[in-house]
Amino acid sequence: MTDDQQLRVSKITEGTVIDHVTGGQALNVLAILGIDGSGGEEVSIGMNVPSDRLGRKDVVKVEGRELSQDEVDVLSLIAPAATINIVRDYDVVEKHRVERPGEVVGVLRCPNRNCITTKDEPVDSRFAVLEEGVRCAYCDTIIRESIAEHIHVD
Amino acid sequence: MRDDHIISAKHLSRADIESVLDRAAEIAADPGALADRHDGKLLGMLFFEPSTRTKMSFVTAMRRLGGDIVDMGPVDQSSVKKGESLADTVRVVEGYADALVMRHPLEGSAKMASEFVDVPLINAGDGAGQHPTQTLLDLYTIRESAGFDDLTVGIMGDLKYGRTVHSLAHALTNFDAQQHFVSPESLKLPRGVRYDLHEAGASMREHTDLEEVLETLDVLYVTRIQAERFPDEDEYRKVAGEYQIDAETLADAKDDLVVMHPLPRVDEIAADVDETDHARYFQQAHNGVPVRMALLDQILEGSQ
Repeated sequence: MTDDQQLRVSKITEGTVIDHVTGGQALNVLAILGIDGSGGEEVSIGMNVPSDRLGRKDVVKVEGRELSQDEVDVLSLIAPAATINIVRDYDVVEKHRVERPGEVVGVLRCPNRNCITTKDEPVDSRFAVLEEGVRCAYCDTIIRESIAEHIHVD
Repeated sequence: MRDDHIISAKHLSRADIESVLDRAAEIAADPGALADRHDGKLLGMLFFEPSTRTKMSFVTAMRRLGGDIVDMGPVDQSSVKKGESLADTVRVVEGYADALVMRHPLEGSAKMASEFVDVPLINAGDGAGQHPTQTLLDLYTIRESAGFDDLTVGIMGDLKYGRTVHSLAHALTNFDAQQHFVSPESLKLPRGVRYDLHEAGASMREHTDLEEVLETLDVLYVTRIQAERFPDEDEYRKVAGEYQIDAETLADAKDDLVVMHPLPRVDEIAADVDETDHARYFQQAHNGVPVRMALLDQILEGSQ
């Protein structure tokens, strides 16, 4: 079964299909979107499904929700091959790959407990996106592994 | 945001550095010449952790320029004790002063504070992060003692948490310098500094044993291995002794090796080194005044 066929068999009405997510990262994608089920969102997840391009991939389908650019930026850190499909009235009206941004603001928590951004100050975390990993713009700490563990959603 | 804050040595170019050092040399040659230059100007002192040399040399520098200081005083007698945020504190004090000098125990604090103020802010040490003005006086001392050409510098001790080390390493990438970093495995340079040095194309090597490089060095910059950084005291004892030097250690060094230390030292440099021609750490500390006068002069001129 090709990726396209998979998309056809489970269409949503309005919302977003995030496809080609790195296998095993679907729950982190939901964390980035701030979805934990308590808000009543209608969500479908496929985890580690076969993919022509990736071998194994995750797919997240969110009914009634389009992603903001900030959300897409962070998604790109944990799922660099992801494609975003915007669905309206059952049709995919927009389809694009995520692009790694220059920086991400307010979505990752710095792992350095001595970083000013982890304290009660009126400042958002800010990370420059490197070729491999991200770097805190305040304390210079570099995160290369398990970036998803540092996602901070209020 | 204004662009004349001094936050990190990463942002200092060779031209920036040489401009301050040249001015500092002029000032050192005639310290009284600037006595009234900044009459009426005030420097806000925000020291959230203890300091002797840095604070006193800034106070001295400002007064030798004809200006004065307003000092927040000890943290436990300030509104910080009541839970005031750093962002609020700096926004209040910027209204009292023409420039701010800040030391704070948290990394990134100076950068954050600079985003909230419209007067120049100088980072006088942010946790284990950066200490750019120390680096300027270190470079002044190096230029005076060994020059900047074809320089081989050894930096030894706590390289992980040593903010003076991080700033110096960044600044040296502007010069024709080979850098040798000597430390226990557990106190190696942080990933961020190594990344920057690599990006800058710096010539650098890491060692655990000073003997591997001592004979090649023009400058040996020693810092204290901090017992409090180790999970247990035995671990500390195992390594600390290997990073102490005395006159005998230096027997194999070049005759004109310059030994530096940001101070305070504890036992990493034995007193018998003080009597050798290698010792330059007290002169290094004295250089803090002309260098900070040069820097303040530049900043206060710019802010007029």
